[in-house]
Amino acid sequence: MVQSLNRLKESASQTAGPYVHIGCTPNFLGMAGVYPDDLGHAMVNDKTSGERITVTGCVFDGTGTPLKDALIEIWQADANGLYNSPSELRGSADPNFTGWGRQPTDLETGVFSFQTIKPGRVPFGDGRDQAPHISFWIVARGINLGLNTRMYFGDEEAANQEDPILARLEHKVRVPTLIAERQGDTYTFDIHLQGERETIFFDI
Amino acid sequence: MSNLNPETGPFFPRDRSWQPKAYTPDYKTSVVRSPQKALISFPNTISEITGPVFGHNILGELDHDLICNFAKPGESALGERIIVHGRVLDERGRGVPGALIEVWQANAGGRYRHKNEGYIAPLDPNFGGCGRTITNEDGAYEFRTVKPGPYPWPNGVNDWRPAHIHFSLFGAGFAQRLITQMYFEGDPLIPLCPIVNAISDARAIEQLIAPLDMANTIPMDARAYKFDIVLRGRRSGPFENKLEGN
Repeated sequence: MVQSLNRLKESASQTAGPYVHIGCTPNFLGMAGVYPDDLGHAMVNDKTSGERITVTGCVFDGTGTPLKDALIEIWQADANGLYNSPSELRGSADPNFTGWGRQPTDLETGVFSFQTIKPGRVPFGDGRDQAPHISFWIVARGINLGLNTRMYFGDEEAANQEDPILARLEHKVRVPTLIAERQGDTYTFDIHLQGERETIFFDI
Repeated sequence: MSNLNPETGPFFPRDRSWQPKAYTPDYKTSVVRSPQKALISFPNTISEITGPVFGHNILGELDHDLICNFAKPGESALGERIIVHGRVLDERGRGVPGALIEVWQANAGGRYRHKNEGYIAPLDPNFGGCGRTITNEDGAYEFRTVKPGPYPWPNGVNDWRPAHIHFSLFGAGFAQRLITQMYFEGDPLIPLCPIVNAISDARAIEQLIAPLDMANTIPMDARAYKFDIVLRGRRSGPFENKLEGN
């Protein structure tokens, strides 16, 4: 016998289910008066530094049908590449940018949309720069454990070329599933849960 | 705790044999919503280690009291009054202070207040079904609510969800983000549920079942259930891999 490591096990995940809005975005559902605002609704204000952008898209199931009951959260650095988090020890992030957003997909169309800013670059563990990116977390009915992916920017070709995570992907043919194309100030990032265009999901 | 520097070690890898698989065909909706290709692994970067934190200033006085937070003045929600309390810990057994917990649930009759909900059980005009709180310096939290009812759902012809409360949790890092469900000791529907059985390890299921806690029950008022939640732990100590620039 040896000593115990005295570790606990992470609680098992269970699906967010179809009624996730009650807990996470009650105002979106029309349940007013409990919370003043839905958390994560506004990421920016008038004083936020950086280039204003819209990130929009749909989450498609294996039949090509958009999910109308998904909840998406995003997490990103500010325009200077700093996170608004106590664990960010490299400097002080823009106090007018939360870095965290939460939006449901539309109950009728399945479209999600975030008003945010384009993030700066942040380092990989070995000090190389990562390409600008936004971390995504997707939950919904039928998803037993939240899915993690990243959105990269289609107009950052040079940075994407040298990104340490994109570089380690064996199947280059799948890289475009992580890259949002720009039109005006809007980046479209569609997420495919299955099929030929299945988005790359990460085990972080 | 508050005098310590925030931790920046990478999180322990997630034990995906303990967590439910994505493709669990007895839970039918998972069939077309489960990624089929392998997840790609990479070491935590600052994007995964950091995460949003929430201050107590976002909380209203009744946010953790589902019996009253949607009720008309002087009225309260119908049902069995219960306290749900416990701690948020990490895999090292340390309390997680400042963790935002959001909960949602059906009312005592098993009916959710949601546009897409069609169960014949009635809405309770005094029950909304959402609550939130933030853990204290020990990782402890407490809600007051009514015990939710079980309800039928369209999966098999006659599938019923065991009574449950949905929990959404934030730790210190985005990689710790977790949604789970709390079940109640003694509910005979637990072993029948395809969503519960998406978890293959019986011990992982038991970890989601809250025991009745008579010691914390408030006499003549509300029974108590104890529910601890464990988030991913992280590497710590002098040999941790420092992020560049730290």
